[in-house]
Amino acid sequence: MPLWGRPTVLIERVGQREMVTAACPVALGLGLAPGMAAAHARALVGDLDVQDADPAADCAWLDRLALHAVTHWTPTASVSGSDGIWLDMTGASHLFGGEPRFCRHVLRFLARLGFSGAIAIAGTPGAAHALARYGGAPITILPPSTEASALAGLSIAALRLQPDALAAAARFGLERVGDLYPMPRGPLARRLGLAAVERLDQALGRAAEPIVALIPFEAPEVTRRLLEPIGTAEAIAQVIADLVDDLVLVLQQRGLGVRSVVLTAVRVDGADRRIAIGASRTTRDAKHLVRMFGLKLDRIDPGLGIEAMHLTVPHSEPLGARLGDTLLPESGDAPDLAPAIDQLAGRAGEQAVFRLTLEQSDVPERAVRRAGPLAAASGWPAWKRPVRLLRRPEQLSHVVALLPDHPPRRFTWRGKPYAVTAGDGPERIHGEWWRTDRELWAVRDYFRVEVEGGQRFWVFRRGDGVVPETGDLSWYLHGFFG
Amino acid sequence: MSTEAAFAETDRARLLAELKARIAAPEASDARLLPFGIEALDSRLALGGIDGGGLHEIAAASPTLGDDAAATLFVAGIAARFADSPAASIAWALTRFDLYAPGLEQAGIPPSKLLYLEARDETMALALAEDCLRLGSFAAVVAEVKAADQTATRRLQLAAADGHTPMLLLRRWARAARDPNEKPSAACTRWRIGCAPSARLAYPGVSRGRWSVELVRQRGGNPFSLILEACDDTGRLALPAAARDRAAAPVAATSRAA
Repeated sequence: MPLWGRPTVLIERVGQREMVTAACPVALGLGLAPGMAAAHARALVGDLDVQDADPAADCAWLDRLALHAVTHWTPTASVSGSDGIWLDMTGASHLFGGEPRFCRHVLRFLARLGFSGAIAIAGTPGAAHALARYGGAPITILPPSTEASALAGLSIAALRLQPDALAAAARFGLERVGDLYPMPRGPLARRLGLAAVERLDQALGRAAEPIVALIPFEAPEVTRRLLEPIGTAEAIAQVIADLVDDLVLVLQQRGLGVRSVVLTAVRVDGADRRIAIGASRTTRDAKHLVRMFGLKLDRIDPGLGIEAMHLTVPHSEPLGARLGDTLLPESGDAPDLAPAIDQLAGRAGEQAVFRLTLEQSDVPERAVRRAGPLAAASGWPAWKRPVRLLRRPEQLSHVVALLPDHPPRRFTWRGKPYAVTAGDGPERIHGEWWRTDRELWAVRDYFRVEVEGGQRFWVFRRGDGVVPETGDLSWYLHGFFG
Repeated sequence: MSTEAAFAETDRARLLAELKARIAAPEASDARLLPFGIEALDSRLALGGIDGGGLHEIAAASPTLGDDAAATLFVAGIAARFADSPAASIAWALTRFDLYAPGLEQAGIPPSKLLYLEARDETMALALAEDCLRLGSFAAVVAEVKAADQTATRRLQLAAADGHTPMLLLRRWARAARDPNEKPSAACTRWRIGCAPSARLAYPGVSRGRWSVELVRQRGGNPFSLILEACDDTGRLALPAAARDRAAAPVAATSRAA
């Protein structure tokens, strides 16, 4: 494939070793194979591109392929192991013009996505599984009831045996599937385990192996088509209320709640108008949803009129049934803030509603972090802190202070002189050397001072007054105590 | 006959006095009334405390940032005492964020009780505050704005009465020469908070802060002013103890501080 310029392998760490889990065609041609040690592969090929395997992403691709199969090819499909997909083609292949054409269609589809693949169609899932992986041909279509002869020549690993069963088979000299056919079942089960016998039966069609079909999740959606185009706010609000009532019924039946809802208004001239609302906590409260849409009603431009409205739920979560409030005794006086937060966020925007919580840092401006409105917030250590903080500290001039650890006696800030009547400190805060080199030795000495008139300031001096590397002894004002 | 007339006369006088008293008495909403717990302050408030269903305006006495911080802490203290139950929450609407949450925690509002609403402009901040009041999910609502006209304060007052939630409006100085208390407002009480020199300690250090608390206007009562000690970590104010050396020489104090 042109995709692979350099030989590429994917590696995965297994215990102390790094194993090759996949190799590109170029690398395969050079003699590298999955299962090799990564160091061995590197030694064999100098110009080797080694990348980490990402099994989670592989699984995600398989899931998407299986979903595609369910919606396009056959209703019964599921993921098989970590590298395959079952398709139950019973009664479905004629839709694609027969099995061979269907296989070619699927391979072309995979090639367009950049995958290579092998397909086997057989009477049993076990035989199809074995032939697709060990058959060697990209397309294998097995005539009915020839599984035994087709599988006889394959390696015994094609039967999906456990590793210990495989090891036992190697000890007994059983290499091919065909070697198992003449053996009596009792001794076979004792040697390789009952599971191996069952796998053999499944492959040969003596035992049933149903495919558990993947059920695709369909986002809840409700639609209302209108007899006459509507344009007034009241009519739109009425339709939204009706749609929300329909949606709540659907959600109740499926045990879901919404985190976000998108309303699409289809206008007469073909243009769509969309508004979306989000909920901070899963909900299916009709009144609450209608209220949140009401906040954004002015963003729908009806134009010449709206002829249909859809409500879709891109993000839903399971929400079980709840007990009615009347059955419960008064559970504290804590009002649920989630509806209030949704309404406030709907008016001012998602970012506008937040809490502040502790960030593990001694530097005052870094000790505070914004968190979501429903997040748990934790408090700060009880060192005296001002109630308002300047965005960035402002330098003081004409400072008179004794070194090294006395508060200033007088200073000038924003052109105004202040005489200090009382002071407290220092509280020494060291720079965070792990962030930047500039803070390696930096020190701030914070003082709480009261000036004539009673105002209280939080001032600091850079440097500890003894070691020059800690700072240049300049003074700054940082915050205000009441 | 004459006795009957005299009786009717006294009856009428009594009725009149009763009616006058009913008109004069400030109508308290049925929301919670929060006394300060300081006799000198509560006895001069018409209701004997802060009305939990009304609008209260607080402004700094001067455009300095120190007085502004004092006013902020005064508001935070009242809000903290309204939100004394463990699950209560406070909403704080503002436009320019310069609060420091650890300082608010030391005035009695832990971060788990405080929800910030950062609005684009002051109209939005007032609208958010009104939403919070009408929702009724908050124990107290604070908004800091520079400008709020009669209409805006009237709306807030009505929303506070409807939602049984105290509205604390922190009026910040827009310009140095423009006292926020000049404009009329529909607030129940209007306060002006400034810093005052605190008591000197016998050793180097800063003692508990003092504020000059001035009630500029209240419904059904007279204005007054007091010097009070700043709120502690549960938001409570205190009356300063009578100090012997109230007028300590600043020179001596400076030398002790340094």
